[in-house]
Amino acid sequence: MQVAGNDTLGHHSQVIIQYFFAGGDMSAKQKQDAGITHEGIFFAQEQLHEMHDQMLFIRRFEEKAGQMYGLKKIGGFCHLCNGQEAVCVGMQHAAEATDYMMTSYRDHGHILARGSDPTAVMAELLGRAGGVVKGKGGSMHMFDADKNFAGGNGIVGEQVPIGLGFGFSSWYKEDGRVTICIMGDGGINQGAVYESFNMAALWKLPIVFMVENNQYAMGTSLDRASAETQLFKRGISFKIPGMKIDGMDVLEFEKKMSEAIEHARSGKGPILVEAMTYRYRGHSMSDPATYRTREEVDEWRTGRDPIARLQAQMIEAGLATEDSFKQKDRDIKKEVAAIAKAAEAQPEPDAAELWTDIYTDPIEGAYPYPGKVG
Amino acid sequence: MSKITYREALNQAMAEEMSRDKNVFLMGEEVAEYNGAYKVSQGLLDKFGPKRVIDTPITELGFAGLGVGAAMTGLRPVIEFMTWNFAMLALDQIVNAAAKMKYMSGGQYSVPMVFRGAGGSAARVGAQHSQSLENWMANVPGLKVVMPSNPADAKGLLKASIRDNDTVVFIENEINYGDVGEVPDEEYIIPLGKADVKRAGSDVTIVAHSRMTGFALTAAKELAKEGIEAEIIDPRTIRPLDENTIITSVAKTNCAVVVEEGWRFAGIGAEISARIMERAFDDLDSPVIRVTGKDVPMPYAANLEALALPSVRDIVEAARTACGRA
Repeated sequence: MQVAGNDTLGHHSQVIIQYFFAGGDMSAKQKQDAGITHEGIFFAQEQLHEMHDQMLFIRRFEEKAGQMYGLKKIGGFCHLCNGQEAVCVGMQHAAEATDYMMTSYRDHGHILARGSDPTAVMAELLGRAGGVVKGKGGSMHMFDADKNFAGGNGIVGEQVPIGLGFGFSSWYKEDGRVTICIMGDGGINQGAVYESFNMAALWKLPIVFMVENNQYAMGTSLDRASAETQLFKRGISFKIPGMKIDGMDVLEFEKKMSEAIEHARSGKGPILVEAMTYRYRGHSMSDPATYRTREEVDEWRTGRDPIARLQAQMIEAGLATEDSFKQKDRDIKKEVAAIAKAAEAQPEPDAAELWTDIYTDPIEGAYPYPGKVG
Repeated sequence: MSKITYREALNQAMAEEMSRDKNVFLMGEEVAEYNGAYKVSQGLLDKFGPKRVIDTPITELGFAGLGVGAAMTGLRPVIEFMTWNFAMLALDQIVNAAAKMKYMSGGQYSVPMVFRGAGGSAARVGAQHSQSLENWMANVPGLKVVMPSNPADAKGLLKASIRDNDTVVFIENEINYGDVGEVPDEEYIIPLGKADVKRAGSDVTIVAHSRMTGFALTAAKELAKEGIEAEIIDPRTIRPLDENTIITSVAKTNCAVVVEEGWRFAGIGAEISARIMERAFDDLDSPVIRVTGKDVPMPYAANLEALALPSVRDIVEAARTACGRA
């Protein structure tokens, strides 16, 4: 594990080819063992395909969301995560299903990677009854308690003290779970984050604080907002070790995130992970992103794209071909289109839903009365 | 019945609920080893240990959010603010997280917790440590706001609040902590959302909460000497409000005075006055009169401080005017 001070970025993974497709005739043993070994960690082909398909699915889902937003079918704020898919997917492969997770408002990719029903996620964006939170939250407030996904929080940094509470709960109950508390490079400047770092370290709570450093907090670049731009060092004053991970390489991210999660689970206390990533789109749909150059965006998009990278690795390892990826892309696009159609066909929430889910124990006969204006 | 202080009543409520439910824990500044800044948590560390009675750094926003997250996993946090003045640092977690979590998550996550601590004016501590902000909290759907005025209510209401499955803002009164009152020996719960008629009367309705309930009861004694029988209603729960008890009383007395320590503008008195106007307009013989704190930051000098707060005399005069006996 890298501790604060050791920058691991810039390292390039070594792809070790296990077996080549030789005209497609592999033995059963070879099929079973086919995969990629990255930094000593073996990823079987099934997992590689799953990771690839999930990342591509998120990419196409977000593109569809952007399109639906342009058609004014999605309202309000809509923050897309195109470019950041390896972080969403790598983390899910590293975490257990029972681990807790919460993030900010850039949450579509995370909840999809977590395994929530994509039709319900799209329905939520469209404000439909079958939305993942019944049409009450929208883009910024995605929750799925069955998947231990606790939002979808709209106030920058707000989810960090909440994540502290989830971690505290695991300490209190001794349930062996880890909380993965995600924030952005903007969120990490909030005071609430340092209050949380302090208590998490003081009580050795099982939390991975994960910063998605996509270089811009809305329109403000990292160096204009942060005195210390090496964000993984932000935990030093709290004795929280930090790791910097290439968030554009899903295999590297999965490997390092697994180490971070293991650190937290083993009782050593919290750890801070900085995921170096990039969002291809603006901060939200209303942001034309004029604060950065076309060249910079292209450099990330074409040079470091996480999906293209994994595809190249898998082709090199003989686990897929360009044609098979093209076919997969067509299938996923078709799937996403069907999902959008199904979500759009859903009714809006019943008017009575306006008044539900405010209290678990509503008090009868006391004002204001749920369901009545007067 | 036993005679105990308001502070001891709160302490008993927490101790009983912590014994009953292992998911209840108390967290805040100085709650454990120091036994509470106001000694409300006296002895709880010894009784329940450091895992369930937890001292925090001075970090209100952080530990308020910790409570929200813990409650979302099914624990039952009691988060103490040394005073509610400091809770303003934690408003994001109370208003934007705790109050809205159930709604935003489509009913998936409840936040069953209590934020509690001393509120209202204290004595000679100046503008930042002496104020009533319950109207801020009472404005927010998703929160319940409870303010006990005596030891028996304090115990029964805190037990109900800890058992409640929603977020309860429980505002104690710093000056009332030493008040002694009779408290039942057997276990009891006072349901939230129920007002209490602290004194029956037929001439004027006086609605007062927290420390002002005591002021109103003293005023009622003065008024009785003049032949005016005041009915004193303590809402106990500010949100949601048991307005029916107030409306029923106004139907009998045909006039009302609303008392609060806090500022007048958009205060609790404004809300209650509006509800009386909306629901009991035809019962009123005179306008509802509000007795409130003056519209100034709390001064330090003893004479100025006294002038800034509602007095028994203010209540007496308002009641006389309301029932046409000025």
